[in-house]
Amino acid sequence: MNAIRRNRSVQIGMALLALVAATAVLAPPLAGMDPLRMTPEDRLSSPVAAHPFGTDMFGRDILARTLHGGRVSLSVGLAVAAAALAAGLGIGLVAGYVRAVDRIVMRVMDGIMAIPGILLAIALIALSGATLGTVVVAIAVPEVPRVVRLVRSVVLAVREEPYVEAAVAAGARLPRLLVRHVLPNTLAPLIVQGSYVCASAMIVESILGFLGAGMPPEVPSWGNVMAEGRTFFQIAPWILFFPGAFLAVTVLSVNLLGDGLRDTLDPRLRGRFQ
Amino acid sequence: MTGFLLQRLLATIPVMAVVAVVVFLLLHLGPGDPAAVIAGDYATPEDIERIRDRLGLNEPLHVQFLTWIGQVLTGDLGISIFSNLPVAQLIAQRVEPTLALSLGTLLVTVVVAVPLGVAAAWRAGAWLDRCLMGGAALAFAVPVFVIGYILIYVFAIKLAWLPVQGYSPLADGAGPFLRHLVLPVVALSFVFIALIARVTRASVLEVLGEDYIRTARAKGVTTFRLLRRHALRPALVPVVTVIGIAFALLVGGVVVTESVFNIPGLGRLTVDSVLRRDYPVIQGLILVFSAAYVITNLVVDLLYSVLDPRIRG
Amino acid sequence: MTSAAGRPVLAIRDLTVALPMDAERAHAVEGVSFDVEAGEIVCLVGESGSGKSVTAQAVLGLLPPGQLRVTGGAIELEGEDLRAAPAARLRSLRGRAMAMIFQEPMTALNPVLTVGEQVREVFVTHGLLSPAERRERVIELFRSVQLPEPERLVNTYPHQLSGGQRQRVMIAMAFALEPALLVADEPTTALDVTTQARILEIMRTIQRARGSAVLFITHDFGVVADIADRVVVMRTGKVVEQGPRDAILKSPQHPYTRMLLEAVPSLDPDADGGASASAAALEVRNLSKTFAGGGWFRRGRTVEAVRDVSLVVRKGETLAVVGESGSGKSTLARCAVRLTRASSGEILLAGEDIAQLEAGALRPYRRRIQMVFQDPFRSLNPRRTVAAALVEGPVNYGVPGPEALARAKRLLGLVGLGDDALGRYPHQFSGGQRQRICIARALALEPDVLIADEPVSALDVSVQAQVLDLLADVRERFELAMLFITHDLRVAAQVADRVAVMSKGEIVETGPVADVFGSPQHPYSRALLAAAPGRGRL
Repeated sequence: MNAIRRNRSVQIGMALLALVAATAVLAPPLAGMDPLRMTPEDRLSSPVAAHPFGTDMFGRDILARTLHGGRVSLSVGLAVAAAALAAGLGIGLVAGYVRAVDRIVMRVMDGIMAIPGILLAIALIALSGATLGTVVVAIAVPEVPRVVRLVRSVVLAVREEPYVEAAVAAGARLPRLLVRHVLPNTLAPLIVQGSYVCASAMIVESILGFLGAGMPPEVPSWGNVMAEGRTFFQIAPWILFFPGAFLAVTVLSVNLLGDGLRDTLDPRLRGRFQ
Repeated sequence: MTGFLLQRLLATIPVMAVVAVVVFLLLHLGPGDPAAVIAGDYATPEDIERIRDRLGLNEPLHVQFLTWIGQVLTGDLGISIFSNLPVAQLIAQRVEPTLALSLGTLLVTVVVAVPLGVAAAWRAGAWLDRCLMGGAALAFAVPVFVIGYILIYVFAIKLAWLPVQGYSPLADGAGPFLRHLVLPVVALSFVFIALIARVTRASVLEVLGEDYIRTARAKGVTTFRLLRRHALRPALVPVVTVIGIAFALLVGGVVVTESVFNIPGLGRLTVDSVLRRDYPVIQGLILVFSAAYVITNLVVDLLYSVLDPRIRG
Repeated sequence: MTSAAGRPVLAIRDLTVALPMDAERAHAVEGVSFDVEAGEIVCLVGESGSGKSVTAQAVLGLLPPGQLRVTGGAIELEGEDLRAAPAARLRSLRGRAMAMIFQEPMTALNPVLTVGEQVREVFVTHGLLSPAERRERVIELFRSVQLPEPERLVNTYPHQLSGGQRQRVMIAMAFALEPALLVADEPTTALDVTTQARILEIMRTIQRARGSAVLFITHDFGVVADIADRVVVMRTGKVVEQGPRDAILKSPQHPYTRMLLEAVPSLDPDADGGASASAAALEVRNLSKTFAGGGWFRRGRTVEAVRDVSLVVRKGETLAVVGESGSGKSTLARCAVRLTRASSGEILLAGEDIAQLEAGALRPYRRRIQMVFQDPFRSLNPRRTVAAALVEGPVNYGVPGPEALARAKRLLGLVGLGDDALGRYPHQFSGGQRQRICIARALALEPDVLIADEPVSALDVSVQAQVLDLLADVRERFELAMLFITHDLRVAAQVADRVAVMSKGEIVETGPVADVFGSPQHPYSRALLAAAPGRGRL
């Protein structure tokens, strides 16, 4: 634990993330304005005292929209990470321990990995209608195979460990083996993977929003706000810039946190993709 | 060697089978009536019935699947609901820009990222390494469309060095083709350079700790030779793996980049089809992209056996 | 090779190597001085942590950068001060004037280059010979280390060779430019005894022919007895004693050297095989285990790891199964404990055949047959306390918690650890202590049969002796039937009443240990015993 707290990446990541999270939680008082309120007389205003981040084509305040967007993006990131980890952990444990299931499950996972994640997400959302729930599920599904592979590889490695074999020889039943010996080993890599999934989910959300295939358009997610800035990019770049900068800082902080955790918790994962 | 090849080739069959099933089920297991979803909010019951009939939705599920898979295997990807043209034809028309963008990105990425990664590993902890890894962390965090707009703003609008948007086919001359391609390729390359440089660095760093590097040093081998001959080749195996996996990421990037730079490729077709709910086209595109992923990874497997004699057996 | 009269090839004076700030002690090596003359083999012996490998790496300037640093003393190669030499000079000396052979033949060669290329590189690096001559020389070198078919072997990759063959390639590489000094860091430790014997012989032959000076690092006094001219004994970074081989082996002066030598088990069996009258606790009949290889599309290659093995272990008796790597001895042990399922045959435990029982039916029998594993660092869960490890088994079988804990305390005392060990984690113990904890864990279930799979091969010789004594003690105390798997004939001679020699999955000879070791009947047993290092000298 001390090693984690002393890690530079973790410190910087934590500090930045805390800052972003605070602005998201305190969005209403900080922004002092409804992100949906239109002020047609102020449309496409460049950053001024009344609108520090400027306004969009309906005269909505970009500061308010950006801070509120943080709520949406962070929630999506956390929810996707939780969903992908939960599903991946369950499937991975079974695949690692039940040979008969393993082959079929891993073929299915290979298949899902072959479908580019964003396409799969777009298709899932287009099909089931855009709500917070479907967006979360659609972004989480393509992430699941990688979590499954991770958990499965840990399980396969751990079950060969002499101390697990000693527990088998000492008459431990399967549930006990899993809970006492296998699960604790999956924890560190899962936390690390979870942070990467969270970061990538926020990027994917913004891309989906940008393409017009994400959250319902009335939700002020970062992707949606930036999508509205596309048309006016040459005359009002601030619509795109401020949410983009917030997104970059958030993703950077989560990734830094993940890198730091990886280096301290799980040296074996060093240099893994993502 | 041929045994290994054959085995890898056969292993792609179950993967493609899973892809086919997923793509098929996408349309059929979603909530509600796919015909109603396709028809949109303002459709009359007759419209919906017409679509049901056209897609064969009144047949039992397994019959629909077999009919569909039979058509797919003969190269028939269906007819676009929006334009009434064959999906295969629509896709074929749009392949060139996408291929140019992807291959260009791959080329730039490998040429830039691998030397950077090796240099960073060799002097791990030095300023070059720190700058590179810091830059990589940043490149991961900024969405590709933001990078794209920044590049347009600086190089196309302010400096007016390059065209703002659009695409010029190779057939119309190499000059315009390349000028139009520079910004999109650079925009898309950022994240991949970050990714590949990081993986190369980690991999070379790991190899440098191997016993056989110590053996080479004990022989008196020079540093340059050590890196080039002893460290790089074994270190490339994970790099190649990641390039294969990152293909899925590349497709996502292509979709976005084509939208930003208004390039008439498969990515734009995807976005347009999604907004028009043109399901046969979406299905066709997913199948084509997935097949490309599988083929890419087949090539990656081949590269393994070139790089690592242990796999040749 | 000696250039000036009487000047040693390698002279080390007061060598001190600093450890990083946060290490347990300040110096890895402190004030070490010794010489290696032309034409002699000096063995640097010591247990783990003695600093012997660090000394070797310091000589070639191959200390891991950033971690270890030479801070004092001098290293002179043929009169040239290596500490003062610039990096480029040092590099040109490496491979040409001094060469090194490493412990792990599996990892010391680059997997993506052919072995011929790697040996040829020595000439390329130092800009010697024409390409055609290089090829010729490599083949010649391969022939001199007795590699079969050298013309073909130069084009093979390391993974296509056996461990012994790879180590010969390493030797060929090291001797390629006829260096004045060869440093060999445990070059045979990872090899089987019969392979080791041949490698030592090859090294000795080439070294004699060329008159090279050899610094040979080892932990094995058997090897020392076989090849050393002089011996330097190290302990925690310092030299405790040095002198001619026979003087050190026959009349060691320092108490530490005496202790080390006394801890080396003798090849002469001291047991009398007395328990033969008691009842059979474990009987294995016609056991076979085949592993199926291959994937979905490849034709499965099958490996017969154990073939038609039968043996009996009686109450209060130790049966040692000896064999080299790949002989199937560990698979046999794992089948007997039912960590893997045998392909065919019977395993009779208290009269019941447990070979094919399903999990539920097997459970009551698991308790009666317990195992001690080879690697004390991996056989305890790093996240759980010693108490948790010791009570887990009994609690699985319904023993109430407090009673299991009381039993754990009793057993810890028995294996020589105090109650305070209960609340601690495995990483707070040394290898020997962990192995004691593992023995206590096995005993906690009050088994009839104890299977020990190479329980001391990861331990230093002095610790090894203590653990072997403990095993003998608990066997007697609890009248255990013990199946002891080992590759080390000396260990077998010390612990066993009877011995079974395994080769290629089969038991080729079995009998009372005195008979088998005294007059081995099977050719393989004879070869194995003949290869035992230090035979007749220790």
